[in-house]
Amino acid sequence: MLFQAILFYAFAAMLIGAALGVVFSRNPVHAVMFLVLTFFQAAALWLMAEAEFLAIVLVLVYVGAVMVLFLFVVMMLDVNVESAKRGLTRFAPVAIGIALVMVVQLIQLIWYKSSSAAIPGIFSTNPEGYDNTKALGAVLYTEHVYAFEIAAVILLLAIVAAITLTMRKRPGLKLQNIAAQVAVRAKDRVRIVKMKSEKKL
Amino acid sequence: MLGFLQKLVPQFVQDIWNSLPPLVQYLTITTWKIVFVMFSVILVVAFSTYFERKVIGRMQNRVGPNRVGPLGLGQPFADVIKLVIKEVVIPAKSNKFLFVIAPLLSLTPALAAWAVMPLHPGFVIADINAGLLYVLALTSVGVYGVILAGWATNSKYAFLGAMRTGAQIVAYEIAMGFALVGVLMAGGSLNLGVIVEAQAGGVSQWFWIPLFPLFIVYWISGVAETNRAPFDVAEGESEIVAGFHVEYSGVAFAMFFLAEYANMVLISALVSVFFLGGWASPFEGWTFLQATPLAFMAAPSFGWLFAKICFFMYSFFWYRATFPRYRYDQIMRLGWKIFIPITIIWIGVEGVMAWLRVGPWSGLGA
Repeated sequence: MLFQAILFYAFAAMLIGAALGVVFSRNPVHAVMFLVLTFFQAAALWLMAEAEFLAIVLVLVYVGAVMVLFLFVVMMLDVNVESAKRGLTRFAPVAIGIALVMVVQLIQLIWYKSSSAAIPGIFSTNPEGYDNTKALGAVLYTEHVYAFEIAAVILLLAIVAAITLTMRKRPGLKLQNIAAQVAVRAKDRVRIVKMKSEKKL
Repeated sequence: MLGFLQKLVPQFVQDIWNSLPPLVQYLTITTWKIVFVMFSVILVVAFSTYFERKVIGRMQNRVGPNRVGPLGLGQPFADVIKLVIKEVVIPAKSNKFLFVIAPLLSLTPALAAWAVMPLHPGFVIADINAGLLYVLALTSVGVYGVILAGWATNSKYAFLGAMRTGAQIVAYEIAMGFALVGVLMAGGSLNLGVIVEAQAGGVSQWFWIPLFPLFIVYWISGVAETNRAPFDVAEGESEIVAGFHVEYSGVAFAMFFLAEYANMVLISALVSVFFLGGWASPFEGWTFLQATPLAFMAAPSFGWLFAKICFFMYSFFWYRATFPRYRYDQIMRLGWKIFIPITIIWIGVEGVMAWLRVGPWSGLGA
């Protein structure tokens, strides 16, 4: 249990440190990398809670896909740190308000959990042979199947909408005609001319 | 085997070992397993650079390396020594911290993924239930090293290379993920060991026959993921010098090199595990072999996995020697518009087959 406690506090401390790094780093690429570190620490904490499916999916989806695209955007757009900082004082009250609401919600949740059932240790231990993936699947595809499928359709809709927005007709846009490229044969491009050799001058 | 080993170790060592707490015992054994696997992988990587040059040399009617040691076998070590004693030049206008850490970020996932690889019946470092997801997650994390290297270098060529790799890996990862959905539907588990066991019963039971389109898609996507020819536009030496690692030298470059080859070995091993039965023998079930000295041929062992890995590694070299580089927009088209639809259609076909109880999935869900 002590070993687990040490690991938990190490991961938790790194998580908070990385999260602070996201907010306070001046370089946007550094901030994105701190956010990646935050996700990894969160995944480690979930692994300790025996939620290996959620932990690995967190790394797979957020680190492997979302943050890569994020990094792309941040690298391509030359984000001006100075102008972004000017808005800090203006938005600070809103940010503090949101943070306060989230803290209150978290405290409520923890208070509710700790009052309703006794917490045996740092993490609840599951019985031998417990499979988080299986348990999650069993609930997701039976009890919450409608919510799950509606969420999937909403995501699909978002993808289609995003693609449609970029598919607008732009003047002067040059595109390859793939069918024509594939259908081309050597005789369309190269003309072999046969001629007699010329006489030496 | 184990009894024989026990006789070799003196009694007092055994007593000390048995008196250790189980956590310490577990950590010691796992550490030694990790050291053993890492050492083997790095050795395979070293010699695959030698074999690559030999194979491509032969295909192009050359001899290949033949100066260092017998048959040139010392070449990898000579290369390593050369790279290690060279200076690591850090460009003045680069982001130094990210520049140094990027090679590590690309090497670590390539090595860490071996943790869940079933190498021999009963031998795997971490026998976890979500092994397949773990592999997918780690292969997708490997792209950070390349992107950060390109950005931190602060050079146009490096940045272009990084952008190309990033887009390419993100595109092909989706096809790879969908191909693996088919594998886990057939195997009925996310555990790599269970997937290998589900393919028991000789060549005809391996997943490459029922999942043939997924096998092809996964393998080609794997070649694209590792940025090897014909998908090596990230390096593209005729267009952007050397791509993302253009400013890297010495050990830092060696790390990228190691990462690329470690990824190749990893992809070869994964294709073998997912579609070609992993450590299973192709002669499984040939009972007449039992009485002959060839009985080991029918038994599952690490040797079979190694043979399959060697085949795919050879294919990597073969492609590099024979195929011209793909045009960039065609790589994107192949990934998004051809591979992803193929995988989705085949997952549908597989679902219908499982529903109608035809094919190797008839026993599932019963």
